[in-house]
Amino acid sequence: MAEPFIHAENLAFTYKGSGGADDIPALNGITLDIQKGEFVAILGHNGSGKSTFAKLLNLILEPTGGTLSVAGFDLSKGDLSEDDLIALRRRVGMVFQNPDNQLVATIVEDDVAFGPENLGVPMPELRERVDEALAAVGMSEFSQREPHHLSGGQKQRVAIAGILAMKPECVVFDEATAMLDPVGRKEVLDTIRRLNREDGMTVIHITHYMNEAALADRIVVLNDGAILMQGTPDEVFSRRNELRAVGLEVPQCAELIHRLREAGIPVSGQSVSSLEGCAEQILKCFAKEGRDNG
Amino acid sequence: MKSIAFGQYYPADSPIHRMDPRAKVILTILYIVCTFLCKNVLAFAALLLSAILLDLLSKIPLRMILRSLRPLIVILTFTSLINVFMTKGEHLLTPNWQIPFWGGHIWHIQIYEEGLWNALFMILRIVVLLIGTSILLSYTTTPIALTDALERLMKPLKLIRVPVHDIAMMTTIALRFIPTLMEETQRIMNAQKARGADFTSGGLIRRAKSLLPVLIPLLVSAFNRAYELAAAMECRCYHGGKGKTKMKILHLRFGDVLAVLLVIAFGAGIVFLNRYGFYYTMK
Repeated sequence: MAEPFIHAENLAFTYKGSGGADDIPALNGITLDIQKGEFVAILGHNGSGKSTFAKLLNLILEPTGGTLSVAGFDLSKGDLSEDDLIALRRRVGMVFQNPDNQLVATIVEDDVAFGPENLGVPMPELRERVDEALAAVGMSEFSQREPHHLSGGQKQRVAIAGILAMKPECVVFDEATAMLDPVGRKEVLDTIRRLNREDGMTVIHITHYMNEAALADRIVVLNDGAILMQGTPDEVFSRRNELRAVGLEVPQCAELIHRLREAGIPVSGQSVSSLEGCAEQILKCFAKEGRDNG
Repeated sequence: MKSIAFGQYYPADSPIHRMDPRAKVILTILYIVCTFLCKNVLAFAALLLSAILLDLLSKIPLRMILRSLRPLIVILTFTSLINVFMTKGEHLLTPNWQIPFWGGHIWHIQIYEEGLWNALFMILRIVVLLIGTSILLSYTTTPIALTDALERLMKPLKLIRVPVHDIAMMTTIALRFIPTLMEETQRIMNAQKARGADFTSGGLIRRAKSLLPVLIPLLVSAFNRAYELAAAMECRCYHGGKGKTKMKILHLRFGDVLAVLLVIAFGAGIVFLNRYGFYYTMK
């Protein structure tokens, strides 16, 4: 197998306490590989270290222990030159939670141009990149608008376009849907999925919404700064009791299957992460029951 | 809160919108000089006319501009009162207005014709100054274009180690966050009102004190925003002005040069008009 895009081994991070306060360990012994083109969801409740992990990936924070290599750069030695740092951040883009705090310009297209401008992309390529990025998130018609007149979901799509204009290989969404209403969340999620499916973008989606994690190829569950479990959505959601023990609820359909099994109804099969999969299993079960009873 | 007019870009397609922002910065400075050159009725009439002309050219609704002047009423009243009462001249309008105080003191109110003129001119000057600068800059120039222009115009200062790019970037961000922080202020005020805070009654000091529970959360949130914005900017490879390209390249056109020449001519015209003062000429 090719070298993973992200390779973490025993990765640790501790927030240094200031003014005599205790150090706060946020991550401890994370060992994880993420391949190019993967869609990985990182799940955990508040304080599980999931956002800290995201910030390590493009060196907003510097690891305090273990090794971490991203896109061929070794981030754990702390000796990255400024040029390398910029090259890293171009390849690994990040979208944050609050859309308001990521937009620097007062006109949508100017904001999208901010990243490539920093990279020194010359005209007319710069113009093309901005137009392409806005088209990719479906915001072309808003290019001349002011960000504060847009909805949360639209603002977040502009923020995504701002990252896409840098032509990254991987985008990290750090709770990018947490502050949005259901409509905005769907807009952003559709964009994320399309980027992954159609453009082969490596996507790391950090969230505490189970339904969103279910869309990923793989889920990594963090708890208290360590990996609690990982696997496909079906694998993770079938371990409902372990998730519950750390305060995470599985999606409603997975919960339903679980309860049916608890009640002694023999729902078989592994697909518990999607609505369709669950419905199919339950139907199969009823059909079988019907046959058995003659 | 989205109706805040002052210092906000008003999108429209007008000759002034299309002008090179560098030319607009220079025009604004020249126009400010013009407002201060005015000394008599004719000159001020020409100035007022030019402001109306500017507004028509810019296609910005006059109503919007007048609304943006509303917060100025206090300052305008204050300056005109000072001018009315403090200006000494030759034509006393109130020869016998006296207010007796206890203890035999008498306060003579002395209003001179010159004071009234001064007050009128002062109001005109401030109003036109504001209309002119807001039409030439804030309404018709996107803040990004404006800071871009300032960055270029101030480029020579780099030689004496003035961090021109950083100043321009800070200005852009400040402008970008004005509406965001306005909205936030309103939200915090509503939240405090819901907890029983009262912002409208009491004297000046009490009202100022009642704003404290608004200002503190606002300040805290502004710091949080700054921290997040800094991280987001780093993620987008911001590393100062070094090697940065621009999507919008500025081109100085013939019309821009013409506009600057016109305003210089206008200033000369005002100096000329100043010599033909009837009624009153400001000192």
